[in-house]
Amino acid sequence: MTGDGPPLGGDAVLLGFARALRAAGLAVSAERVHAFLRAADALRPEVRADLYWAGRLTLCGDRDDLERYERVFGACFGPGPGGEPPRTARPAPPPRPRVAVREAPAGARGRGGADRPPGPPVASLASSAEVLRHRDVAGLDPAERAQVRRLLAAFALRGQARRSARRRPARRGEFDARRTVRELLRRGGEPAPPRLHARTERPRRVVLLVDVSGSMAPYADALLRFAHAAVRGRRTEVFTVGTRLTRVTRELSHRDADLAMAAVSEAVPDWRGGTRLGVLLREFLDRYGQRGTARGAVVVLLSDGWERGDPRLLAAQMRRLHRLAHRVVWANPRKARPGYAPLAAGMAAALPSVDAFVEGHSVAALERLAAVVRGADSGAGTGTGAGAGAGGAKGRERA
Amino acid sequence: MTGIDSPEEARARLEETGYLVDDGLAVACFLALRLHRPVFCEGDAGVGKTALAGALAEVLGAPLIRLQCHEGIDASQALYDWDFPRQLLHLRAAEAAGVTDADRLERELYDRRFLLARPLLRALQTQPSVLLVDEIDRADDEFEAFLLEVLSEFQVTVPELGTLRAEVPPVVVLTSNRTREVHDALKRRCLYHWFDHPGFARELAIVRRRLPGVSARLAEQVTALVQALRAEDLLKPPGVAETLDWVRALDALGADEAGAELAMATLGSVLKYREDTDRARGLDFAAILAGRGAGTG
Repeated sequence: MTGDGPPLGGDAVLLGFARALRAAGLAVSAERVHAFLRAADALRPEVRADLYWAGRLTLCGDRDDLERYERVFGACFGPGPGGEPPRTARPAPPPRPRVAVREAPAGARGRGGADRPPGPPVASLASSAEVLRHRDVAGLDPAERAQVRRLLAAFALRGQARRSARRRPARRGEFDARRTVRELLRRGGEPAPPRLHARTERPRRVVLLVDVSGSMAPYADALLRFAHAAVRGRRTEVFTVGTRLTRVTRELSHRDADLAMAAVSEAVPDWRGGTRLGVLLREFLDRYGQRGTARGAVVVLLSDGWERGDPRLLAAQMRRLHRLAHRVVWANPRKARPGYAPLAAGMAAALPSVDAFVEGHSVAALERLAAVVRGADSGAGTGTGAGAGAGGAKGRERA
Repeated sequence: MTGIDSPEEARARLEETGYLVDDGLAVACFLALRLHRPVFCEGDAGVGKTALAGALAEVLGAPLIRLQCHEGIDASQALYDWDFPRQLLHLRAAEAAGVTDADRLERELYDRRFLLARPLLRALQTQPSVLLVDEIDRADDEFEAFLLEVLSEFQVTVPELGTLRAEVPPVVVLTSNRTREVHDALKRRCLYHWFDHPGFARELAIVRRRLPGVSARLAEQVTALVQALRAEDLLKPPGVAETLDWVRALDALGADEAGAELAMATLGSVLKYREDTDRARGLDFAAILAGRGAGTG
């Protein structure tokens, strides 16, 4: 594929436009720009509608790009040709407070751990990794936090294995006609032992929904780093929920954890807002889940379950999710608190549709979560916490 | 090769086949033909992504070659395979006939006639052709990488035969339902088009065009109902395909217009979830129909 388009008069303008798009956050590579110039050349670049479509077709790569494209095109060349503007017109993200240390909204909780501040370091002389593994990440000092980050970076999240359609040569299994005959050919038609093959196993897709609302603020960093480590398992998708739903898989795919965190904080517009779990879960299911992201996957919700909205909506959407997913796991950092009971309206509404209810407050808890996701540990919500009874939802509810 | 020299012409030719396109898609099709770039189609189910390939094939008078992607699909299913049983038979036959020239026999074994062309190779060998790679998001990453190679060079290397190259690259349409992020390297080589649900006027035009024998009033009413349903908060908003199904269903029942009751009774052809049906039952179909009826007289 070589360029045959001679440079046209407006090249500088077009390149400037491409640069503006890049500044607005589109992944405009040189290859795409090249395609753009060729496309514009094949059309009538002086006609605004043609220019609009040439750019949109070659420089955008995702539905989420379209809205930004629309905006930059408008700024550079005036309003677009009134094509269909993408329906997900998001307002510009509001400025984000970064280090607002604030406990969960007092009105929403009313009980549970409200009166217990995240415990100050008690016996912090021996902060070995082993102790840290069990500490609540909400109550760590910066040095400990850094160490926890290193611990988290070692995670790999693998979904439970399932049979795949693909077959591999194996010692025992079904008769592999193709390879047997090929072997016969190789021997010039002389008899050869039959070859066998068996189905391979593949890990299931894992979907993480990370709550980044205000009440989860002490945990968001640790959980996202956990998600970052998990994404390297490739078959993992990560979304953040708060007041909006944001897909952050791509941002998390940076190998460097700090770069990934920066990319995520750039992409997520709703740090520390309220939680609208029901609405966002519905959005997740509508836009991604039902089409296949959640189908047959292990879906993990990392949230404390403080729901601002209608718990009935959350319950309905959880039932829907449960029907789609292979397993639904809920990891709640607050579960480890003494006296915790899943009485927050959202949590209580969700539990009947949850296969495993686990803790999520420390490195050790996340290790356990990884085991549950892998299917190694099927003991749903055992051990501590009063939520065990409701959480061991073996009696899967079918609607 | 096609005599399509502008987006307008692409649009006109596609409309002759009954496939109505908006501005963006017309430009996309024109560029796909002119620059030999695949078109990457994303959008909800039933908005006409797959139908686009069929329409393009009809416009070009070319066969439509379809590759349905699924998990675990690999090169031997998508590209080519050797017909081993026939090769073996050939070997036996040659042996029985007393052929002793081993070199010649080997050459014969890997002859083209024993090569089973799967969709991708068939598309490269057929000129012209339209290749539909359906639901690419269902395939694995490895397959995506493999496809990338085929689509950027439009050639394939078979070790025993050498490189097979398409003299005229096929027109390629890829579709995705966004269940998974398709790798950017693949998208970069494509023209990206997002399919939205059509507005009332365009959808009505599509229905009229695709189902010319149906009463105009019925087409209009059903379109209005579907548009109203789409505005509702449904699990699965109906696509154009469902609109056509609904019109066909009512037409099969002998209806010239969609009464509220009849529409309610045939909801199953548009809505496929119980929750959605429940919600639709709460709507005032009569009012929607009346509103549209009054609007157009």
